[in-house]
Amino acid sequence: MCLAVPGRVLSVVETDGTRMAEVDFGGVRKDVCLEYVPDATVGEYVIVHVGFAIQRLDEESAIRTLAGFARLGLLNEEFGERGTP
Amino acid sequence: MKYLDEFSDPDLAAGLLEQIHASVTRPWALMEVCGGQTHSIIRHGIDQLLPDGIEMIHGPGCPVCVTPLETIDRALAIAAQPDVIFCSFGDMLRVPGSGRDLFTVRSEGGDVRVVYSPLDAVRLARENPDREVVFFGIGFETTAPANAMTVRQARRLGLRNFSLLVSHVLVPPAIAAIMEAPRCRVQAFLAAGHVCSVMGTGEYPPLAAKYRVPIVVTGFEPLDILEGVRQAVGQLEAGRHEVRNAYPRAVRDEGNPAAMAMLRDVFEVTDRTWRGIGMIPGSGWRLAERYREFDAEHRFAVGDVRTAESPLCRSGEVLQGLLKPDECAAFGTRCTPRNPLGATMVSSEGACAAYYAYRRLS
Ligand code: SF4
Repeated sequence: MCLAVPGRVLSVVETDGTRMAEVDFGGVRKDVCLEYVPDATVGEYVIVHVGFAIQRLDEESAIRTLAGFARLGLLNEEFGERGTP
Repeated sequence: MKYLDEFSDPDLAAGLLEQIHASVTRPWALMEVCGGQTHSIIRHGIDQLLPDGIEMIHGPGCPVCVTPLETIDRALAIAAQPDVIFCSFGDMLRVPGSGRDLFTVRSEGGDVRVVYSPLDAVRLARENPDREVVFFGIGFETTAPANAMTVRQARRLGLRNFSLLVSHVLVPPAIAAIMEAPRCRVQAFLAAGHVCSVMGTGEYPPLAAKYRVPIVVTGFEPLDILEGVRQAVGQLEAGRHEVRNAYPRAVRDEGNPAAMAMLRDVFEVTDRTWRGIGMIPGSGWRLAERYREFDAEHRFAVGDVRTAESPLCRSGEVLQGLLKPDECAAFGTRCTPRNPLGATMVSSEGACAAYYAYRRLS
């Protein structure tokens, strides 16, 4: 549960008074809360932990990290239904 | 070097290793605090690539592993109630309580659900107004802002059927406790990078000064860890004890101010028991008084649970770096990831599980 994964902001919307974004993690798309990185804009990379962006990240580092995670199968571990039979 | 070709940039890794090997003149013991780092170290065999005298001690930084038994037992008691939807991160489901785990509760008819984000639990509360939705709020400072937000959301949405079972733990007091322990061998720390993404680095200089211990803020990819080791060993060899940020791409010294403001509003510091370690003063957060109505411990009468830890399990010593997992008699025999006796065998970030998964059965 401790993994924090970089992803690219695809779009930003306001839902119930909360700033949310659709974020792409090397092909997997998830809704992510942007309240803690409120000025992140479309196209930028953020580090996401349990559905919340906690910091921004430059594109080069983000792509490198994502490639590494994908190679090790960590993205499946993070976004698959781990722990569910 | 046998595992080097697995690194994303083998040349960079080889260069860092060369520098580490060249700088070491005597043995040193380093503790990586974060379970993600432990996982990475074992998976890539980093400990075996380092000079012989450099020992990596695995720290207590896996929130699933250190959640106290009584909290697990409270979770089990709440999850078993008929009108409850109990939500948790997936890796909590197999953590053994005194008698059973959340999977067992589910197989016995309890409504236990795995969520990816705590906001999913808030959504469930909204969709199920006639049920009580409880979220298991565990984690270090990295996870706490997400869990804090659920309480704010629940209040804003006027939800009366949502609550949080809170068991947050804090890293800096744990570092102090490790250094105060009589048998402590740790000479330098690789601090948990994503904890610092939220909290910044400000809490560490007093610790580095008081205990004369280098603290290097480190990410958890293999190259990050090698860089953290390089900087920590460099300081040890030079007799320095400073705080260094080896993960600047994700960690600003001031942390994340918006997240910190939310944490200060929703939580207050409390003493917290760490599974296997015991009580560490000021090492946790609980809901602040003004959010009491969202505290699952107050909503459900689960204060008087009785706990019983497996007598075979030595995870407390593992978590403090006093014992390697494969030195436990139950390791790989009576205790496996499929049938764990202790929490450090459950989560993939736990030291016992990492040893089991990556070739440490010899
Ligand atoms: S191997 Fe199992 S029994 Fe031994 S310390 Fe680890 S979790 Fe406990």
